Amino acid sequence: MIIGLDVGGTHTDVVLLDKKGLVKDVKVPTDPSDLFNTVLTGLEKITEDIHHREITRVVLSTTLTTNAIAQKKMTRVGMIVSGGPGIDPENYRTNGNYYTVSGSIDHRGREIQPVNPVEIQGVVERLMDAGIRHVGVVGKFSTRNPDHETTIGSILEDSFEKIFLGHQVSGNLNFPRRIATTFFKAAAYSAHKAFFESVKKSLDKKGFEIPIYILKADGGTISFEASIDYPGQTILSGPAASVMGATVFAPENEDVVVIDIGGTTTDIAVLINRVPVLEPLGIEISGYKTLIRALKTRSIGLGGDSAVKVNDGKLEIGPERLGPAMAFGGPSPTSTDALSVLGLIQNSDREKAVQGITPIAEAFGESVEKTASMIFDDSCREILNQVQDIVANINSKPVYTVHELMEGYQVKPEKILVLGGPAPYFAKRLDEMSDFRVDVVPAWHVANAIGAALARTTCEVSLFADTGKGLAVSPEEKFSNKVNRNYNKTEAVKDAGDLLNKKALQIGASAEDFEMEVVEHIQFNMVRGFSTTGKNIRVKVQVKPGIIHGYGSISIKQGK
Amino acid sequence: MLQTKNKTGLVFFPAFDWAIDPTHPEREERLLYTQDQVLEEGILDIEGIEEFKPELVTVEDVQRIHFCVPDVQSVMTESHFISAGGAKKIGTVVLEKQVDNGFALVRPPGHHAMRVVHGARGFCNVNIEAIMLEYLRATYNIKKVAIVDTDCHHGDGTQDIYWHDPDTLFISMHQDGRTLYPGSGFINELGGPNAVGKTLNIPLPPNTSEEGFLYAIKEIVLPVLDDFKPDLIINSAGQDNHYTDPITNMNFSAQGYAELTSLLKPDIAVLEGGYSIEGALPYVNVGIILAMAGIDYSKVKEPDYDPVKIRQTADVTDCIKQTGEKVLTCWQQRERLKKQTCESNGFEERTRNIYYDTDNISERQAEKIRICAECGGAIRIDSSSDRGYHILAVHIPAHACKACRETGYQWYDEKNKGFDMILLQDRTTDQFHERKP
Repeated sequence: MIIGLDVGGTHTDVVLLDKKGLVKDVKVPTDPSDLFNTVLTGLEKITEDIHHREITRVVLSTTLTTNAIAQKKMTRVGMIVSGGPGIDPENYRTNGNYYTVSGSIDHRGREIQPVNPVEIQGVVERLMDAGIRHVGVVGKFSTRNPDHETTIGSILEDSFEKIFLGHQVSGNLNFPRRIATTFFKAAAYSAHKAFFESVKKSLDKKGFEIPIYILKADGGTISFEASIDYPGQTILSGPAASVMGATVFAPENEDVVVIDIGGTTTDIAVLINRVPVLEPLGIEISGYKTLIRALKTRSIGLGGDSAVKVNDGKLEIGPERLGPAMAFGGPSPTSTDALSVLGLIQNSDREKAVQGITPIAEAFGESVEKTASMIFDDSCREILNQVQDIVANINSKPVYTVHELMEGYQVKPEKILVLGGPAPYFAKRLDEMSDFRVDVVPAWHVANAIGAALARTTCEVSLFADTGKGLAVSPEEKFSNKVNRNYNKTEAVKDAGDLLNKKALQIGASAEDFEMEVVEHIQFNMVRGFSTTGKNIRVKVQVKPGIIHGYGSISIKQGK
Repeated sequence: MLQTKNKTGLVFFPAFDWAIDPTHPEREERLLYTQDQVLEEGILDIEGIEEFKPELVTVEDVQRIHFCVPDVQSVMTESHFISAGGAKKIGTVVLEKQVDNGFALVRPPGHHAMRVVHGARGFCNVNIEAIMLEYLRATYNIKKVAIVDTDCHHGDGTQDIYWHDPDTLFISMHQDGRTLYPGSGFINELGGPNAVGKTLNIPLPPNTSEEGFLYAIKEIVLPVLDDFKPDLIINSAGQDNHYTDPITNMNFSAQGYAELTSLLKPDIAVLEGGYSIEGALPYVNVGIILAMAGIDYSKVKEPDYDPVKIRQTADVTDCIKQTGEKVLTCWQQRERLKKQTCESNGFEERTRNIYYDTDNISERQAEKIRICAECGGAIRIDSSSDRGYHILAVHIPAHACKACRETGYQWYDEKNKGFDMILLQDRTTDQFHERKP
C-alpha cells in the first residue's frame, strides 16, 4: 500500500491506496507555522491500525520550500555570476551578496575570456566576511561548457560549506533563469534538508522504514535522498498533485482540461493523452522566472471562498479571500454562499448565506436567488474564458521549423475534469454552459493526495554534440564524451536515453516506470566555406510524466 | 528586473528545416547560433518583449505585389509563405498597437524579389517587406511609408516594386554596386517619372565602418525622413555589412547596428541577409532587439570586436561625404525633377534584362508607365523568360486616377496574342485578375 499526502493552504489531505483503490483518507488542518507537525499528524492518522510492513511508499507534496521563499526564510547565500558580452548580469541581481566577475564562454562553448582567480579570491574574502556559507556560481553558456563554473567552484571549495553550480540546475539555455534557479536552490537547501531529515527520522523511529518520495512541480516524484540536491524542484507542487490526481482518471488519446477549484484560487491545466502539458522552460517564483520544470497551469483568483462584492454597479468575485463563507461562519459573502443559497450545499447555514447575499441582491434590485445564480454563472463563465485562453496560449507557442508550423499538434479539448471542494456543483453548471463534456474526478475531495501518491519519478536530460569539436556533452549529468565525425542524431538520442535511465534510477524511479519521450532532437550540418565541418546535434529527452506501474486502472467509488 | 522602454514584438522563425541547398549560405544552420544567443540572454523573458507565432500569407497577399510565373505556388515554398507571414504578423501587431515596434527575425529573405517573379534571385523568391506593407495598406489607414534598406546588397527588388510609387520612399544604403551583387543601386537611380526622388541610393565604398554607416544615417537618411514625414518606417535589416561576413567587404559591427537601429527608430524591422552565422548574427540580432526595445546594449559585443582594427580610412570618409551631398541634392530637387518629367505627357518605356542568379533564369522585360501628375500611374509589363513563359502584366495603383485606371483596363482587355497569361493587379479594388489571351 502507498500513502499520498498533499499539504494545502487550509487542509492537508492524506490517502492510503492499494492496487484496487482508495483504502482510507483523512483530512487534517494545515498549520503553516509548523508544517512538520502537520505532516506527522497526517501520517499518524492515516497509519492508525496499519502495520508498517504493508506500506511500500509514501509521497509528500508540501509547500515547505514555497513558504520558505514567500516568507523570505531562506538561507543567506552568495552569488558569483560571469556574463561576458551581452546584457549586463547586474540586471539579474537576486540578492545583496551578488558579484559579477570576468570570464566568458560563447554559444558553442568556446572560452572567450578566462576566469581570473585573483578576482575570485577577492570575492571569496568578501563573502566570508559577510558570514556566507552557501554560494551559487553561474556562467553564461555553462550548459555548453561548464569549465568556468567548476574552476570557480574549486577555488571556493575550501572556504564554504556548499557550492551550487548553475549547469547542474538544468540543461536548458537561459542565463537569467539559471541565475534565479541556482539562487533558489542554494537558498532553499538547508530548510528543505532539515525538514525532510526530521520527517524521515520520525518515521524511522515509528518503524516505518519506507522509501519517501517528494512531489515536484512537474507532476513527477523524486526520492527523498535525491531531493536534497534538487530542493528547488519541489517548489509549487500543489497544482501538480491535483493535476496528477485527475490524470489517473483521464481518458486515453484525448485532450482534457483539468480544473481544480480551491478555496482561494482555481487552477487550470491541460492533459494530452493523459500527459500534462509542461511550461516550456519553468515556473515563475516571487517574480523570478526559473528553469524549474513545472506543469503549465493557469491560476485565477476565483475559488469557493472568493469574496463577492458590488463595485461601481458591477459584480466582483475575488481575487481576495477574507475568510470562509458566511454559510460556514465567515465574515463576508463568498461564491460558496451563492451555492448555499441555491440549495446546492448540504450542512451549510443557508440562512447566514442569504443574509450575506441580500445586500448584493438589493444593489441590483434582484431576488436573492437570482443574484446567487448570477454569481455562480459569472464564476463559471470566467473559468470557461480562462480555459479558452490557456488552450489558445498552448496552441500559439512559437515553433521553429516549417514542419511543426504546418503539421504541429493543435490542442482541441472536448472534455473537462473538475476536482476540489465544490467540484460536483461546478461540473454540472459548466457542462450546461459550454460545449465541453464535464465530469467530476472520482474521489474529487482527495484526488490531489491520490495524484501525489501515484505520480511516477520524472526527470529530463539535455545532450549537445558538436562533431566539429569532437564532443558530446551533458554538463548537468557530468557527461562529456569524445565522438567521431560520424556521430549522429540516432546515437545522440541513445546516449541521452542511457543518461536519462541512469538519472531516473538514481533519483528513485523503478525500472518498470521508465518511459522515455524524445522532446527535441535536431541535427544541423555545420558548413564553413563550402564544406561540411561537422554536425551540431541537440537532443532533449524526458521520462514521460504519468502514473506508476500497477495503479493505472484503480477504481474509486464516488464519495467515500 | 529588466523593463523595456518600448513594447517590442518579435517573430522568430529560423526555418530549421529549410535550405536552398545543403552548403548554401541560406541553409538550416543560419539562425541556429542566433537562437542560442537569444535564448541564453533570456530576451524572450524580458518584460515588454513579446514573441508572436508567424501566420502564413495567402495567395491574395502575394498577388497584391507580384506577378508570379507560372503561378504563386510554383515560385514559393511553405517556408516563403511563413517568412512573409512572419513579417505580416509583426506589421499587424504594430498597427494594432499591441506593441510599439517589432522585428521579424525570419528567413528566407526577400529584398531582391521584384514585381515579376520567374524564380529566385539573390536568395529571394518573394519580397516579404512588400507583401507585408501592401497587406497593411489594404487593411489600415496608412499612406506614406519609408523603407530603409540597410542590407549590404542593394535592395533592387524592393526598388523595382516601389520605383513608381510616390507614397513610398525607398532608401537603400549598401556596398557600391561596382564591387558587389546585384551591381545596381547608384545615386542616379531615383525612381520612375511619377515618383522621382522617392527612390534614393547611398552606395558606400568597401571597408565602410561604424563611422561611415552612422554618418549616412545621421546626415542623409534622417534629414530625408524628417522631410518626408512617413506614417511608418520599415527597416530591411540585413546584417551582412558585418566585418566578419563571408560574402561582402564591409566593416560594420553589432554595436554599430544597435546604434543605427536606435537612431533610425523603425516601426518594423525585417531581417534580410547576413551570413556570418557564428561571429556576427548572434550579437547583431541581440543588439538590434535591445535597441528596438530601448534597453542598454552597450555590452553587446562580438568576442573579437576591436573598433580600432575595423576603423575606416580617411578616403572612405570623404567618399561617403561626397555621396551624401549628391543624394541630398537629388532629394531637394525632387519636385523640380518631377515637374520636368510630368510635362512630357504620355508614356515612358524601359526595357531590361533581369537575371535570376539563384535559379539561373533570364528574363526580358519591357515596361511602360503612364506619366501622371495625379497618381503613381498605370504600369504595363511585357515579360518573357528563357523558361519559355511570356506574360502581360498590368498594375493599377491603389490611389490611381480615373485616366490611369481606364488605361490599365484598356491594356488588360486589349486583344493580344503570343502571351501565355494576361494578369491585372487592380489595387483600387484590391483584386487580382487573370485572363486567357
